Amino acid sequence: MTAASYPGRWKRPPLFIRSRATRLLVYGGLAIYLLLALSTVEVNWLRAYEGLERGWRFAQGFLLPDFTSRWRDIATGIQESLTMTVCSTVVGILISIPIGIGAARNLAPMPVYLVCRAIIAVSRAFQEIVIAILLVAMFGFGPFAGFLTLSFATIGFIAKLLAEDIEEIDETQAEAIRATGASWLQLVNYAVQPQVMPRLIGLSLYRLDINFRESAVIGIVGAGGVGATLNTAIDRYEYDSAGAILLIIIGIVMVAEYVSGIIRKRIQ
Amino acid sequence: MPVTIINGERNWRRYTPTRDIIGFAAWLALVAFFVFCWQIMTKDTMWVFVYDAPTQGADILSRAFPPRWSYINQLWKPLWDTLNMATLGTLLGTAIAVPIAFLAARNTTPSHVVARPVALFIIVASRSINSLIWALLLVSILGPGMLAGIIAIALRSIGFIGKLLYEAIEEIDEKQVEAVSATGATSLQIIDYAIVPQVLPSFISSMVFRWDINIRESAILGLVGAGGLGLNLQSSLNVLAWPQVTTIFIVILATVIISEWVSARVRQAII
Repeated sequence: MTAASYPGRWKRPPLFIRSRATRLLVYGGLAIYLLLALSTVEVNWLRAYEGLERGWRFAQGFLLPDFTSRWRDIATGIQESLTMTVCSTVVGILISIPIGIGAARNLAPMPVYLVCRAIIAVSRAFQEIVIAILLVAMFGFGPFAGFLTLSFATIGFIAKLLAEDIEEIDETQAEAIRATGASWLQLVNYAVQPQVMPRLIGLSLYRLDINFRESAVIGIVGAGGVGATLNTAIDRYEYDSAGAILLIIIGIVMVAEYVSGIIRKRIQ
Repeated sequence: MPVTIINGERNWRRYTPTRDIIGFAAWLALVAFFVFCWQIMTKDTMWVFVYDAPTQGADILSRAFPPRWSYINQLWKPLWDTLNMATLGTLLGTAIAVPIAFLAARNTTPSHVVARPVALFIIVASRSINSLIWALLLVSILGPGMLAGIIAIALRSIGFIGKLLYEAIEEIDEKQVEAVSATGATSLQIIDYAIVPQVLPSFISSMVFRWDINIRESAILGLVGAGGLGLNLQSSLNVLAWPQVTTIFIVILATVIISEWVSARVRQAII
């Protein structure tokens, strides 16, 4: 080992792309796209400047929220949101369990598998709000349309993750149950269900949390819940009431996350 | 062991009798709670509308098809706006999320009493509120347009990227930090040479993942006036132009599928 072969200077290696030319090309392309993207943003600075005062009022409303003057509306909205959340999570999970089992390759025959995967894909493709627009047009305004929207969205979420979980189960246990001469239902009940149950409960709690957050949004298009109340408050420029609603949403989400964290820890 | 002896024969049960009763009671309570919520939720429901829904649905479907393909030429500009809103919003959100994540991570936070709780609260607050609600607020503050959409996307992204990044920072290998600090590095150099290389892949992948989600979200932000495809959706819905609505849905669907594919490929390449 001669001294000459030992490098005297150290240069930090590139983090991602080894080849210098591709690196320059990728970074350069990204930079040009960014410039193009930035140039499309048209800002009406005068309008934004006028909005500063309202922005300040909103910041104040967030720090000093007004829970009292619209309390009746807020309470109705929260009540609608919470009941919608519970009902849609329960119904959504009840429907997604058979679909999830059907979408697991190791339990379902090919035709059933394809049908269930198609249902999942359709449910996952569109955002809750888009489904809410359609369902409100069909079922009329109110929490029932919201309930259907959230149930539909829950199906895609739970069924997909449940199916993936079922596909990853320990096959030896299924083999053992099968060896006792168990029927297909007994196989699901004694070999699959105990293995996926903890995760299914965790997912259900997570979805409960998501459904509550979404229930605050779909009210904007008329599907009931606290979103409608929030929309009205913002339309009337009542930022202190809007701040109160946002703080309630944040509070409920925090409590839900904390509780579901405890439950998940106890299950696993 | 849940084995009972009935008539001198050993009988295996899955659960002990007590466990059975507890399980039954829990399910009963859940059903009762569900029925209670259902009663409250549906007390103002107009069932006439619900029974009428299949007819309404069929009516909308018959109006929505065939989609009006010629309308697609008016959609290229809003689609471009939608993509840009998602990208710029993700970048802005990331720029804010990075320092917050370092403040929130247990091993890099400067203070456990002040900085960490504040950073965690910002992350939870941002995660609890959908970008559509942020957009609703910002449109009323800043006026309609892309800027409101970009900031709305950014505000929602802070929580997502911040949470994933701070969890990644908490899981790093401390030995590398020790090795770099043993060379006499300053705390910024420790972050640069020991922490950043460890969290960078997961950081980039969560950023790309969020970009993909943001494209879905920015497609509908226009519903409340924040620019992009949603504006066309809103104006088509307002005049009940269902064939145009179908065209917009198809464009959104195609964009979502392509961006999901791109983001999956990029994330695969990084990890």
